[in-house]
Amino acid sequence: MNPAAQAQQQDLLKVEPASPAASGAPVTPTTPVLCLCGAAARVGGRTLWSGVDLEVQAGEFVAVLGPNGVGKSTLVKVLLGTVPAAAGDIRVLGRRPGEAGHRVGYLPQRRSFDSDLRIRGIDIVRMGLDGDRWGVPLPWSRSRRAEQARVDEVIELVGASAYAHRPIGQCSGGEQQRLLIAQALVRRPEILLLDEPLDSLDLPNQSAVAALIGRICHQEGVAVVMVAHDVNPILHHLDRVVYIAEGGAVCGPPSEVINSETLTRLYRTPVEVLSTQDGRLVVVGQPEAPAVHTDRHTGREK
Amino acid sequence: MGSASFSWNLVGDFQQMWSYPFMVNAFRAGATVAVVAAAVGWFVVLRRQTFAAHTLSVVAFPGAALATLAGFALSLGYFGFCVAAALALALLRRGREPGGSGESAAIGIVQAFLLACGYLFMALYKGLLEGPQTLLFGSFLGITTGQVTTLAMAGVAVLGVLAVIGRPLLFASVDPQVAAARGVPVRGLSVAFLVLLGAATAEAAQITGALLVFALMVLPAATAQVLTARPGLSLLLTVVLGFAATWAGLVAAWFWPYPLGFFVTTIAFALFLLAHGARLLSTALANRIASATIPAGAA
Repeated sequence: MNPAAQAQQQDLLKVEPASPAASGAPVTPTTPVLCLCGAAARVGGRTLWSGVDLEVQAGEFVAVLGPNGVGKSTLVKVLLGTVPAAAGDIRVLGRRPGEAGHRVGYLPQRRSFDSDLRIRGIDIVRMGLDGDRWGVPLPWSRSRRAEQARVDEVIELVGASAYAHRPIGQCSGGEQQRLLIAQALVRRPEILLLDEPLDSLDLPNQSAVAALIGRICHQEGVAVVMVAHDVNPILHHLDRVVYIAEGGAVCGPPSEVINSETLTRLYRTPVEVLSTQDGRLVVVGQPEAPAVHTDRHTGREK
Repeated sequence: MGSASFSWNLVGDFQQMWSYPFMVNAFRAGATVAVVAAAVGWFVVLRRQTFAAHTLSVVAFPGAALATLAGFALSLGYFGFCVAAALALALLRRGREPGGSGESAAIGIVQAFLLACGYLFMALYKGLLEGPQTLLFGSFLGITTGQVTTLAMAGVAVLGVLAVIGRPLLFASVDPQVAAARGVPVRGLSVAFLVLLGAATAEAAQITGALLVFALMVLPAATAQVLTARPGLSLLLTVVLGFAATWAGLVAAWFWPYPLGFFVTTIAFALFLLAHGARLLSTALANRIASATIPAGAA
């Protein structure tokens, strides 16, 4: 496809975020915490996606969806600043990616801890707080007590108090994931970037962790950008979705994006979205992206 | 040694041993080496870099052999070779995750080649050495005050660096991806740790010999990590266990005519087995209590 046609295609696909604040008069112009404008990512010479426009406000829950290998994790890494964007303007909390420091919390794609790793869950959470500091901490100092209180508080928030003192390797997948969310939250980030946090959890744990993330997002006012393979566990918590296909992307409220017309336009091939009785969505006919999976699982980008 | 028999009167025993200056030096050197090796070894066990540690300890042997052959200070041979090998390992494993399967072959190559070099140096020296046995299995005889000073200075340097980088190193060891996202220089720390490991191995090898460095490097840390999952406590316990095994080994080697390396390793290994036994016992007890209470609760 020639570039002009591609650009045209992407213009068609762009769905302006329909935020309720935008319709009213600009009384308090809320600056978005996350802002992508015409962003593109290239890994190993291949353009994963381009022309991505997205604005995320504080307290919004956004899911990044799409087939395997399309560059969902790369989007998170671009926001994190570990992978440079190939084009476009990206602002994270009004600064360039990677410069917002601890104001951005990050949960990478599924890490499992060795079952014989003898470090407690609470220590893993604590590393999120002060693990990057040099030197020896002074025990019994005042700030130390405040930090301990914060660690306990965030463990309470994710409901992990019962097993936080067990070695992390002996916790179940769902328990580990809650502790890792606590680790990402411990510094009170304003943005939480989650890469497939529900991957390899069983169904009850998926909905429990999804509910936890939704609660954190809406109650604590943390903007959440979450890469997901399956939209259903998080569907009724979501404010917006970004659907990435090879080349382009489309974003908007779930009902406007995850329907047959939009996805058919995005993939340029017939895609059907079916809705089950209990409101779950099934996407049929979605093509898998070419098998370039180097951006998944390994974490090595260069 | 066997100059006197062991009398359970520890004060008397120590007074007797410490009336010999070389024994005082042995205890001093042993204490330094045990503490440094234990602290570094704790991270080795956590990072699963025991094979790298083993290679660096083996490298101590050609280092010492070359120093003897070329006639420069033994310590220089140990430290020079171990630190150089550590840098070589860091170079070979560039771009790899710690503990990845790809690193073992490269490390094995370095290890085999340097071991062969050590053998060559021994052969070139033509025998008039106290023997490869000492270099491989250690000795506590004839440690000079100068050597103790060198060990102490190197030990303080290693512990100082470890204290500064300890927390980020722990973060990078347990959770490299998040640590990197938080701005922790994961790669740099990995190289720095290998150099520390090289220095600590060079220290330990001077007491335990090249082949038994593990007794001080890995066994105390593995034992402590069996006993507790609290990082601070575990590290402290590692140092205490390493220190205790070394001094107990020195006492044993003084009173019984068997080599020091054997005693230290055996004591450390016995502690390791005891720790495992204690943990099995405590989990069995906990299960028993749990299974005793569940039917009651269900009914």
